[in-house]
Amino acid sequence: MSETVTYREAVIRALGDELELDPRVVLIGEDVGAAGGVFKATEGLFERFGGSRVRDTPISEQAIVGTVLGAAVSGLRPVGEIMFADFAGVCYDQIANQLAKYRYQCGGQARVPATLRMAGGGSLGFGAQHSQCVENWFLNVPGLKLCVPATPGDVYTLLRAAIRADDPVIVFEHKALYGITGELPNGDSLPIGAAEIVRPGTDVTVVASQLMRHRAAEAAEALVADGISCELIDPRTVAPLDVVTVVESVGRTGRLVCVQEAPPAGSWGQAVISHVAVEAFELLDAPPVMIAADPIPVPYARSLEEATLPGVERIAGAVRAVIAA
Amino acid sequence: MTDARWGGLDPDGLVGLFRRMVEIRLFEDEVMKLFSRNLVRASTHLCQGQEAVSVGACSALREGDTMSCTYRGHGAVLAMGAPLDRAMAEILGKEQGLCGGRGGSMHLTDLSVGALGSFAIVGAHLPFACGTAFASQYLETGSVSACFFGDGTTNIGAFHEALNLASVWKLPVVFICENNLYGEYSPLASTTPVANLTDRAGSYAMPAAQVDGNDVLAVRAATSAACDRARAGEGPTLIEALTYRFMGHSRSDPGAYRPQGELDRWRERDPIPAFERVLAEHDGISIDIIEQARADGAIAVSDALERALGWPEPDPADRFAFAEEVTR
Repeated sequence: MSETVTYREAVIRALGDELELDPRVVLIGEDVGAAGGVFKATEGLFERFGGSRVRDTPISEQAIVGTVLGAAVSGLRPVGEIMFADFAGVCYDQIANQLAKYRYQCGGQARVPATLRMAGGGSLGFGAQHSQCVENWFLNVPGLKLCVPATPGDVYTLLRAAIRADDPVIVFEHKALYGITGELPNGDSLPIGAAEIVRPGTDVTVVASQLMRHRAAEAAEALVADGISCELIDPRTVAPLDVVTVVESVGRTGRLVCVQEAPPAGSWGQAVISHVAVEAFELLDAPPVMIAADPIPVPYARSLEEATLPGVERIAGAVRAVIAA
Repeated sequence: MTDARWGGLDPDGLVGLFRRMVEIRLFEDEVMKLFSRNLVRASTHLCQGQEAVSVGACSALREGDTMSCTYRGHGAVLAMGAPLDRAMAEILGKEQGLCGGRGGSMHLTDLSVGALGSFAIVGAHLPFACGTAFASQYLETGSVSACFFGDGTTNIGAFHEALNLASVWKLPVVFICENNLYGEYSPLASTTPVANLTDRAGSYAMPAAQVDGNDVLAVRAATSAACDRARAGEGPTLIEALTYRFMGHSRSDPGAYRPQGELDRWRERDPIPAFERVLAEHDGISIDIIEQARADGAIAVSDALERALGWPEPDPADRFAFAEEVTR
């Protein structure tokens, strides 16, 4: 019988289950231990597994990522938390130049079974430096797998898969989703790189992740009244990017809308559109559409932030326009 | 005679250190010549003059200990025992290179001897060394992580994050700063407000030792003491080894910024003849033995070079190896 949990609880369960199963798994980060994490996503783990396995670090993101890399090539399966995903900028070298390249650069002498977790995303009024979805910062870095789970079930399975993977994986959690509930899967970890058809449909393919997946689902529901049937796809990971599932869907619908919370330039949403245009141009009945954040820092005031990030109305409007095209 | 003066080493051990220093010197000289023949790509960072730091420190390590270093890392990787031919082959971009030609001069790595990496971003490997030491502490292996870096590294953020973390977690790391007086082209005093880099350790409540980096036995002794502390669970140590690079920063640098006469003064303190003079005072080591070691080292390097030159470049079709699943 399946169990209903919050996204936050799913994170704790995934970490707890892997810590339980494998003594090589350790968790490090700022306030992940005694405090239970600033998002309470590691609550109770310090008490269960002790301070040597769930270890608080100084506010030193470079040291956290470097320690994760060094430990990963020395027999551990470390998980590092970077708290707000925006802080990845502080340790970008450690992620992009060290963690991602180590295995290749040494000619495959070692694998790097490392996981980083960080919480991204807006809509909560955290302002420009604590609200970004930063997965696109890493799209152009070969050597990283990037997970963007939208549901408790997906964050549970992808986080477990990340910890078990022999290459570096970043799991981007979404701050606005920690409180949502969903079923905790009974099964083991997911393969990293498989999209999910969230809602089958016939008229238009809508690809959306994390918070945008939920907003797109709401839009799809509203569009039923317009007689529009949306096929909603959640990529779940953006590297690897499951374009096969998207291309197959476009083969059925002939139309494509990508919805992402980050600005459009150099993004996975543009990559999806590019793949479809290059590999399946003949399937398209209308130009693909990209719905993304406005290309400005995420503003603080509610009115400004709500206008900047794609909302249900904007998504629905774009779908109506692409159907009319 | 294996008393404290000789670092607990017997004559074979002492001559072994000498030979390793000779090999590193000749290896670097050969790399420089390969450049002039356009057989080495881009740039390289040679360590002639600094051999005593690598050899002295690595000789204090034991089986299972690990080492990470910088892009000026040929000496340290060879000091750990990496094979001369495969190291040379990596610099030449050959399939039989230590990293299959994927790394190059700045990334020599040989996990089989504990040389876990040469890192080409200044300071990036100090946090890495914390990680290898954390694994040692967690798994209770008793191994120590030796971490070499230059004087310039003491001004980058990762240095401070790593020393702080290592100290607060009492990690078994030995931080070895090779102070060769120049960060790239800039003299130390123009970039660094403290004259003694050991002062940096004070902020992290970490013991520090300054040592003559051109005295191989002095470096060995300081590293041994730091390893003992690390293995006893007392945490990291910062060693500042005072030394000098005879060459410029990289191949494009003739070192014109150095004051007249400075290089000559340091050449008089060349660590290899200096060690030779020390060994001459050892009752159990004759001139003949030293000369034999020098000749053997020269033959080993020239043989290694010949083998490395004869090996093929990697097959372009193999460039996706070690990257499966993660490319898209």
